[in-house]
Amino acid sequence: MTEAYIYDAARTPRGKGRPDGSLHEVTSLTLSARLLNAMKQRNNLEGHAVEDVIWGNVTQVKEQGGCLARSAVLASDLDESIPGLSINRFCASGMEAVNLAANQIKGGAGQAYIAGGVEMMGRVAMGSDGAAIAVDPSIAFKTYFVPQGISADIIATEYGFTREEADALAVESQRRAAAAWADNRFAKSIVPVLDQNGLTILDRDEYMRPGTTTEDLAKLKASFKDMGEVMPGFDKVAMLKYPHLDHINHIHHAGNSSGIVDGAGAVLIGNEEFGKAYGLKPRARIRATAKIGTDPTIMLTGPVPVTEKILADSGMSISDIDLFEVNEAFASVVLRFMQAFQVDPALVNVNGGSIALGHPLGATGAIIIGTLLDELERQDKNVGLATLCIASGMGAATIIERV
Amino acid sequence: MTDFTMKKDADGVAIITWDVPGKSMNVLSEDGIRELDALVDDALADDAVKGIVITSGKPDFAAGMDLNVLGGMKEKGGAEAIFGLVMQLHGVLRKIERAGMDPKTLKGGKPIAAALPGTALGIGLELPLSTHRIFAADNPKAKIGLPEIMVGIFPGAGGTTRLVRKLGAMGAAPLLLEGKLNDPKKAKAAGIIDEVVDDPVAAARDWVLNAKDADIVKPWDAKGYKMPGGEPYSAAGFMTFVGASAMVHGKTLGVYPAAKALLSAVYEGAMVPFDQALKIEARWFTNVLMNPSSGAMIRSLFINKEALEKGANRPDVPDQTVKKVGILGAGMMGAGIAYVSAMAGIQVVLIDAKQESAEKGKAYSAGLLDKAISRKKATEEKKSEVLGRITATTDYAALEGCDLIVEAVFEDPGVKAEVTKKAEAVIPADAIFATNTSTLPISDLAKASSRPEQFIGIHFFSPVDKMLLVEIIKGKQTGTRAVAKALDFVRQIKKTPIVVNDARFFYANRCIIPYINEGIRMVGEGVNPTLIENAAKMMGMPLGPLQLVDETSIDLGVKIAKATRSAMGDAYPDGAVDAVIFKLFEEGRLGRKSNAGFYDYDEAGKRQGFWNGLEQNWPEANEQPELTEVQHRLMFAQTLEAVRALEEGVLEDIREGDVGAILGWGFAPWSGGPFSWLDMLGAARAVEICDKLTATHGERFKTPALLREMAEKGQTFYGRFGQQKQAA
Repeated sequence: MTEAYIYDAARTPRGKGRPDGSLHEVTSLTLSARLLNAMKQRNNLEGHAVEDVIWGNVTQVKEQGGCLARSAVLASDLDESIPGLSINRFCASGMEAVNLAANQIKGGAGQAYIAGGVEMMGRVAMGSDGAAIAVDPSIAFKTYFVPQGISADIIATEYGFTREEADALAVESQRRAAAAWADNRFAKSIVPVLDQNGLTILDRDEYMRPGTTTEDLAKLKASFKDMGEVMPGFDKVAMLKYPHLDHINHIHHAGNSSGIVDGAGAVLIGNEEFGKAYGLKPRARIRATAKIGTDPTIMLTGPVPVTEKILADSGMSISDIDLFEVNEAFASVVLRFMQAFQVDPALVNVNGGSIALGHPLGATGAIIIGTLLDELERQDKNVGLATLCIASGMGAATIIERV
Repeated sequence: MTDFTMKKDADGVAIITWDVPGKSMNVLSEDGIRELDALVDDALADDAVKGIVITSGKPDFAAGMDLNVLGGMKEKGGAEAIFGLVMQLHGVLRKIERAGMDPKTLKGGKPIAAALPGTALGIGLELPLSTHRIFAADNPKAKIGLPEIMVGIFPGAGGTTRLVRKLGAMGAAPLLLEGKLNDPKKAKAAGIIDEVVDDPVAAARDWVLNAKDADIVKPWDAKGYKMPGGEPYSAAGFMTFVGASAMVHGKTLGVYPAAKALLSAVYEGAMVPFDQALKIEARWFTNVLMNPSSGAMIRSLFINKEALEKGANRPDVPDQTVKKVGILGAGMMGAGIAYVSAMAGIQVVLIDAKQESAEKGKAYSAGLLDKAISRKKATEEKKSEVLGRITATTDYAALEGCDLIVEAVFEDPGVKAEVTKKAEAVIPADAIFATNTSTLPISDLAKASSRPEQFIGIHFFSPVDKMLLVEIIKGKQTGTRAVAKALDFVRQIKKTPIVVNDARFFYANRCIIPYINEGIRMVGEGVNPTLIENAAKMMGMPLGPLQLVDETSIDLGVKIAKATRSAMGDAYPDGAVDAVIFKLFEEGRLGRKSNAGFYDYDEAGKRQGFWNGLEQNWPEANEQPELTEVQHRLMFAQTLEAVRALEEGVLEDIREGDVGAILGWGFAPWSGGPFSWLDMLGAARAVEICDKLTATHGERFKTPALLREMAEKGQTFYGRFGQQKQAA
């Protein structure tokens, strides 16, 4: 069967997704186009070099609407013969873009793709595209809809994670991210964001809070307690689905949940012929991909069953994996993953995760594949698995193997 | 026979008067819809008519739709017939709302106003909402609102769509979701009606003669209309709708289809033009009516409840209205019975062994009335009038002239026998003597009476002023006049009666005790107590079994267990239950009253989490049962007892079994009661579950022969027993 190889992976630094964030002045279109230009330049892509640009993006309204992928291609220096496909699988959109591209290559549909995504969370607010599952009673009742933060707290309650454990994971994420920057470990992937005059807007992740301690985090108020217990009372809905729980333990807050940021990531994937034609050396092959639907109420447990699935589908076991990226949407998601597979925490999110660095929804899935590959190369290990939990109860995973 | 008539006066005002012959309250029937339609057509077509006023020929405007009509529709024509009727009604109301105006220029319509003399409920408000202005008489007793949700449906004649467009989803929520009723002044303040006046017809007449084109265009028919609070995908509306689903889901625990359908009608309707929204409302309304739950709720909570209150099972003897009641024992129950009797205008003699206790019993009424005064529900005059009817005394001679005695002394046969004799020595020979016992057989107590045919049980529930059900128990020798007397008394105090035969724990307690026991038994088995309580609530039980036993007190449970055990001997089946409650009892955990039971309580008496002793004594088992298994155990514990009560003839009428269960112990109201629930489940499925429960959990779930026979014959309870009883 045709193999799909990763030839390059790049990302922008992540800016704070707030009006005073460094990337707040940059449009989603511009950020996307500049990252595409970087991919073109880094790999000398001329003409119809890739079959398609698959661009993950969650909140597809306003400047992120209207098939941003195609607009980004047209705004970039890529050839207009390359189309564009915007996709949305919530937090795994960027990963799904990579997986779609890889599987199309494996199936013989085109030689190469640019796959990735963007989310300017400070410019296009999360949730501003509406969502029937939250407001349409016909599905909200059926799925026992609660917001993600409540779901993360259900995970903590159901699987017995304490606030202290969650905070400790968050502190460690901050420590690892700071160490990674100090050691320049992101250098291979980071594409600084420049303005139209070549002046630097941002060249470093700016959301991090290095030196955060558990004492600092202990002061923060649980973010989802009021909406859970008082107005409108989501805990009651959650307990209809989990009737053995006598309360929900609200442990998550801004410091142990993923950060709201602006950013983009991209991966260049192609078959062997593509590499030869462009003189590029494959860095890794996409060994397996998977996605799965799970209970939409607890919502964020997807990484566990999707990992079980991808391992079973590819005839592998958890011990075959050298390093893991498990998106830190909320601390309990990662705690649950490590609990389920009994993996060594030192192997999971080696350079920090979305709690420290931020989680640009549509981009993260592509970014963590790049981060995983960089770290496999740095440690000279072979096999890595990246996975994310996904809104509405889904999970996605990718296994890469260095070549 | 016409329900609607029209008079046109010289000024060009057509007055349409709603006055259903032979009824004290107007209700809308199919004929009524056609008549109203024809009159509106006539008035709109008549050039001499300038405006229309719709009013009532009765003291009130209307009580709503004739629910029997809706039930009949379902039987006859199913969803298509219901949808057709509702759309026809929408057509009439929409015609009133548009009033002949040009749909483009919005000009040339005739002003139409509603004049409400009094209460306007359901369609009685939905019709006025379709007019251009609503005038109500300044009648503080009038109730205005849309109570449909209380019987398991929702306003389906445009009330949902119009109110939401008028007040926004948030503003309309308490009116639609809770069925909140308002007096006219409050209804005006809430924006439901427009004017409160002395003479609504005159004011309405005046208004239609002076109204301009712009006055009769509804906001939602005008250009640029925006829903107050925003539609679901506006920034503000999104939050409202997210919250609405969660709140309603949490509150209804997912067992009330009407609330969910209502919410869907609101949500889907909010995003489309008005006429599309009406169609959406009609589809959801039809869907709710076709749901067995709504039919069962209407049948039990409306039709059969009313039938029982009106004396469906009253023997054919002359009127037995109570004029003077003697109440023996001024404790909690006696004091409550005195209060409801005096409130009903009955003279009350409240007797206790000590004058101080008798006075304390009377003071209970004073306390309740003071509370009502502080809430502006009563006046000082009312209070002195009611208290004036209660004589608190120790003197049995004061019972002279009482036509009914209600004995509510300590549950001791000796004490009861003594007061029975003392009272019968004084009261008239034809007086009826009732005992409020909850545990002692009536026929045994009747032995103390010199006239057992005039001796009966009238079992009140606590607190008497709040609980709607009264259980009337016939002893072996109880005569028909005693039954009629008890029923007339219950009617006077505005409660709902059921009449049952004498057997251990009568009907309600007989069913509720196994429910509580099943919950306790599961604690002993190591079932997660939270799962037990939530499983019950998710079946629509107001309290989980463990909370319920905390409320009713654990020592009472122990007492009943001991008594039952000594009565049954070796056959006593509840040893596993006793192992748990006797332990709590020994620990001094008597329930809420001792601030310690299955739950912990704080110093203010507020319930906290479960007592950690539960986990220590009965650790949670590693294997937990499925939710449905817990639910089946809790539900069948109750419903099988109801079936046995029917089989044994304790219960004579399944309507009483259903209504009594809902009003007596809050049995899953959405289901319409235990017999309705079994019908919904189907006898065959019920037998299957019983057999499985028997195999796993024991003989207490043994399928009653009656149920098995019904399963074999493919029968339902209402099919088999409903008709026969109605014919009788």
